[in-house]
Amino acid sequence: MAEVSVRKVVKEYDGGVQAVKGIDLEIADQEFVVLVGPSGCGKSTTLRMIAGLEEITGGEIWIGGDVVNDVPPRDRDIAMVFQNYALYPHMSVFDNMAFGLKLRKFPKDEIKRRVDEAARILDIQVLLDRKPKALSGGQRQRVAMGRAIVRNPKVFLFDEPLSNLDAKLRVQMRTEIKKVHQTVKTTTVYVTHDQIEAMTLADRVVVMNHGVIEQVGPPQELYHNPATRFVAGFIGSPAMNFFQCRVQDGGNGPAVQVEGLGTLPIPAARHARYAPYKDRAMILGLRPEHLIDWHDNTKPGVTRVDVLVDVVEPMGMETMIHFLIGGQEMSARVDPTTKAAPEQMLPLAADMNHMHLMDPDSGKVV
Amino acid sequence: MSVTTADPGSALSRGKARRNSLHNQRLWALWGSYAALSVFVVMFLVPPFYTIITSLKSSAEMSAQTGNPWIVQHPTLENFTYLLTYPNFLRFFFNSVMVTVLTVVISMIISVLSAFSLSRMGFWGSQTLATGVFLTYLVPASLLFIPLFQIVGALGLINNVYCLVLLFPTLAVPFCTWIMIGYFSSIPKELDEAALIDGAGYLQMLWKIFIPVAMPGIIAATIFAFTVSWGAFLYPLAYLYTTEQMTLTVGIISDLIRGDVFQWGKIMAACVLASVPPIIIYAFLMDYYIAGLTAGATKG
Repeated sequence: MAEVSVRKVVKEYDGGVQAVKGIDLEIADQEFVVLVGPSGCGKSTTLRMIAGLEEITGGEIWIGGDVVNDVPPRDRDIAMVFQNYALYPHMSVFDNMAFGLKLRKFPKDEIKRRVDEAARILDIQVLLDRKPKALSGGQRQRVAMGRAIVRNPKVFLFDEPLSNLDAKLRVQMRTEIKKVHQTVKTTTVYVTHDQIEAMTLADRVVVMNHGVIEQVGPPQELYHNPATRFVAGFIGSPAMNFFQCRVQDGGNGPAVQVEGLGTLPIPAARHARYAPYKDRAMILGLRPEHLIDWHDNTKPGVTRVDVLVDVVEPMGMETMIHFLIGGQEMSARVDPTTKAAPEQMLPLAADMNHMHLMDPDSGKVV
Repeated sequence: MSVTTADPGSALSRGKARRNSLHNQRLWALWGSYAALSVFVVMFLVPPFYTIITSLKSSAEMSAQTGNPWIVQHPTLENFTYLLTYPNFLRFFFNSVMVTVLTVVISMIISVLSAFSLSRMGFWGSQTLATGVFLTYLVPASLLFIPLFQIVGALGLINNVYCLVLLFPTLAVPFCTWIMIGYFSSIPKELDEAALIDGAGYLQMLWKIFIPVAMPGIIAATIFAFTVSWGAFLYPLAYLYTTEQMTLTVGIISDLIRGDVFQWGKIMAACVLASVPPIIIYAFLMDYYIAGLTAGATKG
């Protein structure tokens, strides 16, 4: 059990390319933190620096109160689960899980006790004598997790562990990982590019982009109060709609003028907040679930907008409507009973109580 | 007036015809490959067959020159009995075995260690060094033996069978290292990293992970080193000249050909006996030469 601290950490490769540009991150004991971001954002490099598999160009990494910059991986008391499992192919499942303990000269009965306990948690007792090639992808990933659990390390590191699994198995394993963390309360750093994985697993999500941390916070906070346009667009599926707009006087207070959509009054609670941006070109962010069926909605802050339907996607429990505004594809979530067809006008309710206004120059949510 | 009706059987017969045509093509391909393989089988198996036949003939039968030379009329093991009780032949055999075992062991230790460091430890210049190792293999052995003669002479090892233990690894190590570099490079990098995190040092990683996983590559390199040593003729011929120091390849021709007398039966029997260790080694190692030993390590 340990806290992890990343202080002003920089990773620069030969040729001056900076993969990580001086990030700061404090991870509490027993916390489950997910690093998420697009390819090349520096999340895996950060994890590998914590593991000791990449050298640190600048800054400090602390694990359990000690600086570990120059400590080799084996002495950091961490365990890592890799994207492609990295099981030792010539060893049985038992030996794979016991390998680290054998190297650390644990007594045989203690090794057996720990492996059996991990196998019970992961429900792989019957696989202990098998070789990795005789296992399915999900079973291999369980063994890889078992190898990490038996060590009882200070920190678990997961490097996109579910990326190689099919969609159904990924959801199952996601739940398993969450269960394991609830059982074995170890500090965990988990890297993924899948924002749903990040949202469902994390105590706190760290969104990275271009080697910097865009925002750190609990999943719901990131979802409802994104700090930047990048976070707003990255978290949530389908992604948030971004409309080019201008803040203008709308008669009863400020409103946003969106070309192709009309004038959308800003709720009274936000008048003061958005007042400084009057007459400026801004970006309006509205999630698809805040563009819903009109149904003569009279809720305060809700405005009717009429859109020309481009594509209709029935999903079962809801229907996604896609439409074009200013050449950009936008989406709305409507009731599955809504009769919508391509090339037809559809009235939608824009719930401006959930609007986000962004500065196009800084990319910050204001 | 004629009425055209669709024949329900016509589609079926067309399918059948296509299948027949495919079947015929397959048949031709099969016969073609059998014919080509037969030529190779004849070319490669006739010499050993004739060697075995001749080794089973007595000197009298050979010199009589009657009957079909491809058939043994009075098979005898006298040539084998002679060789197996002939001290010189046993000395040649022992020398060959000793030189080969030491060559294989030394070559493999050097190759595995150098290939591991060149392919996995990623130190400065490792890529250039790896290419350099392979380039040395491209220098023909026949060009090297004169400068090597001077070195061996300076060490006082001319006409000493142990000079071969020094020389053969210089021929075997570059190629064995190259094979092993290729094999080690095919092992996923995450396996090293998992081992490092599990607490292994580089030597433990090599011993407990890389050597077992790269066993097919090690066997291929071992077979190469074995062949280099067991079948070598030029170096033993140039460096060794007394009977007690000779290996099988030069010993057979220098001891069993006396002046213009060729003891064909004994020479052939010696060849058969000299072929036994390679056959045993190949047969034994091939069982372990299972490609794809890394199956299951990562996502397949």
